[in-house]
Formats: sequence, C-alpha cells, structure tokens
Amino acid sequence: MSAAKPSIIPDNWQELRQFTAARIALGRVGVSLPTNAMLEFQLAHARARDAVHLVFDAEKISAQLHAVELKTLTVQSAALDRHSYLQRPDLGRKLSSESRDLLERKREKHKENSEQVDIAFVIADGLSALAIHHNAVEFIVPLIAQLQKTNWSIAPIVLARQGRVAIGDEIGSLLNAKIVVVLIGERPGLSSPDSMGIYMTWAPQSGLTDAARNCISNVREGGLSFTEASFRLNYLLSESRLRKLSGVELKDETVTMVDLDSDTRNFLIDN
Amino acid sequence: MTAYSHTVGQLVYRFTDLRDLLAKATPARSGDVLAGVAAESAEQRVAAQMALAELPLSTFLNEAIIPYESDEITRLIFDTHNTAAFSLISHLTVGDFRNWLLSDDADEPTLTALSSGITPEMAAAVSKIMRVQDLILVAQKCRVTTAFRDTIGLKGRLSTRLQPNHPTDAAAGIAASILDGLLYGSGDAVIGINPATDNLPQVIKLMTMLDAIISRYEIPTQSCVLTHVTNTIEAINRGAPVDLVFQSIGGTQATNTSFGINLNVLAEARAAALALKRGTIGDNVMYFETGQGSSLSANAHGGVDQQTCEVRAYAVARHFKPLLVNTVVGFIGPEYLYDGKQIIRAGLEDHFCGKLLGLPMGCDVCYTNHAEADQNDMDVLLTLLGVAGCTFVMGIPGSDDIMLNYQTTSFHDALYARRALNLQPAPEFSAWLERMQIFSADSDTRVSEALPHPFQRALTNLL
Repeated sequence: MSAAKPSIIPDNWQELRQFTAARIALGRVGVSLPTNAMLEFQLAHARARDAVHLVFDAEKISAQLHAVELKTLTVQSAALDRHSYLQRPDLGRKLSSESRDLLERKREKHKENSEQVDIAFVIADGLSALAIHHNAVEFIVPLIAQLQKTNWSIAPIVLARQGRVAIGDEIGSLLNAKIVVVLIGERPGLSSPDSMGIYMTWAPQSGLTDAARNCISNVREGGLSFTEASFRLNYLLSESRLRKLSGVELKDETVTMVDLDSDTRNFLIDN
Repeated sequence: MTAYSHTVGQLVYRFTDLRDLLAKATPARSGDVLAGVAAESAEQRVAAQMALAELPLSTFLNEAIIPYESDEITRLIFDTHNTAAFSLISHLTVGDFRNWLLSDDADEPTLTALSSGITPEMAAAVSKIMRVQDLILVAQKCRVTTAFRDTIGLKGRLSTRLQPNHPTDAAAGIAASILDGLLYGSGDAVIGINPATDNLPQVIKLMTMLDAIISRYEIPTQSCVLTHVTNTIEAINRGAPVDLVFQSIGGTQATNTSFGINLNVLAEARAAALALKRGTIGDNVMYFETGQGSSLSANAHGGVDQQTCEVRAYAVARHFKPLLVNTVVGFIGPEYLYDGKQIIRAGLEDHFCGKLLGLPMGCDVCYTNHAEADQNDMDVLLTLLGVAGCTFVMGIPGSDDIMLNYQTTSFHDALYARRALNLQPAPEFSAWLERMQIFSADSDTRVSEALPHPFQRALTNLL
C-alpha cells in the first residue's frame, strides 16, 4: 500500500484562530495530534522547563546595575538549591543565616544614620530567572532614575537567589525600608516563559501574607509593557506612602478592567 | 487518644495517634514532608502500613482524627454513617478490607450497597496499603451513575468536561474553543468555564451565553461557570440560567472557611439550583472540585496528611449528590505533589476513594511547568484512569489552558483514550454527535471532513 494520501486531516475552521490564542484547529492524524503540532507543544514546554531551572546570573545583573552607579547586595534564601526551592516554599521565603548576618551587619554599620529609607528593591529569580534576565534591569534603571528625581530615597538593590515573594519582607525590614518592591520571575506559562511579577508591600516584616501586597503581573515583551508597569507602580508607591498601607485596602484604580461590554459578539448564536 | 506501635525485627515503631499512623503510612509525597507529618524513613512507612493493616475498621468510628466538636465535616461523617451498610465489613481490619475488596465477593451491587457504610478515613486507610493495580481493579468494580441532561458514569463510557477558558472571557474566543471541542466530541460531562473574573454581571453573561449555545444546537449536556458558590446563588436570584452549581471544597472545616463556604451555604445553593428544574433526565445539580494539598495550602490541615484530608472532602461532596466531582490532581504544584510519579499515584488514589464512597469521580489529569512532569506522565495517568473506569476528564484545545496557565488533557487525548480502551461518550451525547454528523455511530471516526451544516452556517457569518 502506498502512503500517497496525506495522513493529516486538517480542521477547516482555521478562521476561528483570530478569536483566541488557544491551540484550536490543530488537525488530526487518526484521532491523534499531527507531528508538527505535537513538537510545537514540546518546544513550548521545553522552554518553560528551561526557564524554571535556569541559574540566576546575579553577577551579570549586578554588573549592569553598577555600570549605572546603582549599588547592589547579593543574598541567598534558605533554599540552597532548586530541588529544595521547589519543594519547600517556606525556605524560599526567608534568608539563609549567612545572608541575614550580612544584612544585619550592614544595618549595624549605618546605625548612626537611623533614618528609614523609602524603598528597598529586591530582584529575585523566583520560578523564572529568564524573566529577570530579560526584564529586570531594563525595567528598574529608568524607574529608579525617575524616583530619585522626585526625592524618593532608595536602598542598595538586593539580588536574591532562590527567592520567593515573601523574602522581600525580611529584607525590607532588615534594611529599615518603608516599602519593599520585589521583582520576581513568575511561574512560566507555555507561551510566556519570561513573565516578571512586581510585588509592593508597605511596612515590610516577616510573617505578612499576600493580603498585604499589591501585585503587577505579566510584565514582559508581549505582555504588560514596562511603561504601563512603571506607571502603575508609581501610582501604587505614591498612594502607599500617602495612606501608609498596601494590599487589599489599596485598590489599583489605574487598572483598566477588562471591558465587559466589548466583544460580546458570538458567531455561534448571533445569526 | 490511643497510641499505636509496630515491631519490625528489633525495632519498635511508635505512632502517637491515629492521625500520625495514617500520615506515616502514606506513600511518599512532598506535601506531607512540607507539613512535617511524613514518615522519616522508608522502613518506618512500611511499619506504619503494617500497623494500619492490623487496625479494625471500627476504630474509625470510635476515634475522630479531627475533633467532632470543632469540625462540621467530622460531624457530617459520624452523623450520616450508615451502620446497617457497614455491618457487612464491621468485623474486618484495614488489611482484611483490602483483601475483601479485591476478592470476587466484592462485586458491583455489593460495593454499591456498601458505599454509605464506608467513612472517608476507612477509604483513605485502605488506599494507603494498596498498589496502583489494586486501586485500578477495585475502582473498576464501582459503578456510579448520575444525570442532568445526559447520563454520566455508565459502564464503557468516558465523558469529558469541555473547558473553553479565555484570559479575558471574550465571547468569540470562548465560542471558538467550544466549537473546536464539540467537533472533537468533547463536552458530554459539562461545558464548564473558569471565568477570568468573579464580577457578577460578567459571570451572568457567560451563563446566558452557554445556555444559548446549548439550546440553539440542542446539545444534551449542561453548563457551568466556575465562580464562587455565593456568586452563583446571587446569579440564580437575578434569574440567570444556572445548570450546575460549582464550588471548590476541602476536607476540614477550616479549609472550607478559608474558601468562604460551609455546609449550609452549599445546601442553600443546591436548593436554589434544584428549584430551577433545568435537568431533563436527572437532578444532580452540583459540580465539586478538590485536590490533595488544599488544606495544607490554607494552613488548615490540623496535622492530617493531605490524602486523608482529600478523602474527607468527598464526604462533603457525597452529601450534596453531585453530577460530577473533579480532583484537580497536578494543579497545586511540586511542593504538594513533586513529580509525575506522585501525581499519577495521587490521581488513582483520589479516583479509587471517590468511587468507593459512591461519587461520580473524574480527574483533571494535569501539571504545571514547575513540576517534574510532562505529557508522557499525563498519558500514563490518563490511560490508567481510563482502565480504572474514570467518569470524566478535561478537554481543552491542545492541552494548553491559556487562562489558568497549566496543562491538562486535550480533545485529542480523550479521543485517544476512547479509541485505545474502546470507550464511548454518554449515550445521549453520542446520539447527538451522530445526529449532527460529527461522528459515526461508533463515536470514534469523524463522518466527514466538511463542517456539519448548522456550524457551517455559523462560520459563514464570519466571512
């Protein structure tokens, strides 16, 4: 028997792809996925997996920040490797004892200058160092320049390896900061392995929950732009300083909610 | 509280109470390590399993692992226990129970009659000393059927939830995924959307849209928008066309408090949905989701291992006669189920325990990108669940949920399982697929490459 007849049975509703990024109209071989669609999925998953396991290049980020006269400190969470990081979220939320000592010594040294700093920035790998490599420096450098112009005082930027969001609470409180802002790699999606999240917390201290934070998510090329994310963060910072709080009580009024009335057209019933 | 012990050679292993014994006997998983309740060595785990095997089943009726006074789920379990049904197995130990379940005496009618005599803790205990093949073989013998507009759970059937999620709830985007799914034979368990927001007017819009699609094409299935139960009650009050009421549930009162629910709210929601009388051939109106680790995640596990917490959630589900119960097994992440091996076993445990307790048990065969799992692991779990007689699985375009950012089974995957294991969709839905000329009578081969006429008309409008 010859295999001259093509095995792939295409789905003739390709035009529906204009309405969604979902993987529709993939076609089939028998009842199974055609080779190309199968391998495209494998590629997306491979990228997401690589992003999860990529080692955070804190030296490079640090060098890039030093180049624009920004000071940095590099710390490590209590999760010493990726394996324990993934299984023990509690360890990723606190500093290793060495890193805690380091920040405590810094504080001792500057004791005479006991005034609070306005903002401590933390850059943590989270679940995607790739997100940080792609986005963190480009986002933070113009942001800090702008904040300094408007008289915000800013602590040295802390780079945290194997960190989860809440590690910012301990760091912010050790640096005596009024507000901590954590830039962190989000859990990679199949089509977004390099998505960065931004979390802001007023009066950081260990033991706070997510209810105390404001979050700006999906910052990346193809997601929320740096300009838009900066705009929202600036708003949150100003409101937070003014009202001395953050989290559920501080709603992000800048968010243009999904317009509920747009796009209610539905080809399945509107005819 | 009774302490337990077991001697292996020269070593005496001690377990402080029933909770501790159950936790130490649990096959390894990261969530129990995170909670600090897991066995400290492989030998201690087996010693606990040996001690558990010698425990009379009646122990679970004399000792509560979460106090009766402080937990309404414990009260529900004890107050609704069917002692007459239990009398058949009341003389057995946990180890004897495993033997009996695997024996030819435990046939389909016997297991059906017994289910209300089994408590979640008994089911959890026996599952901990069962291997994968045991979990499959006994689950196969449990038959649970439910109905709303079609019949779910018949022998030789595998149903699917069509999950047409879209990150901004765009109507045309959702409709595109629904059409893709229907043309791949998906959606007989439910067409169920996870909305992007809990905004009530938006939720009602989605409910209305699903109702219009189901009515227009006369699809023998039901709809569900997976919003908080209190939202659904309010939607019903405002006249929305609600088929199924959704809620995530957990196995401790504290877990459910963290979800903002209790048994009264669930009862109220069920009564409201029943009053709408929208089911044509049955009145199972609830759709519940569960998953190992939810209690720990809410810091509400009370020292109980995650699998036992999970099975206690089934007592809640059972009380409200659901159409569907879905264990979302790999969604929670590697801190609870680390890798494919842990996810696979957990999915089979949940399915077995649910079926033993008389639930229409389905499974979201899924994983996140930070878990040590991939499509091969999902193929293994899907196949094993198909063999075990799983009631339903998810169906999503190309396995990629672009709203929830995780991977679950695709429309293609369900067709694979049906073809490999000779399974069909629900009979009413099968007949619809044939009538619409989507599939031939064997519900496997597509009739034609051309679009069925009514859908062709819908698409023509686009051009």
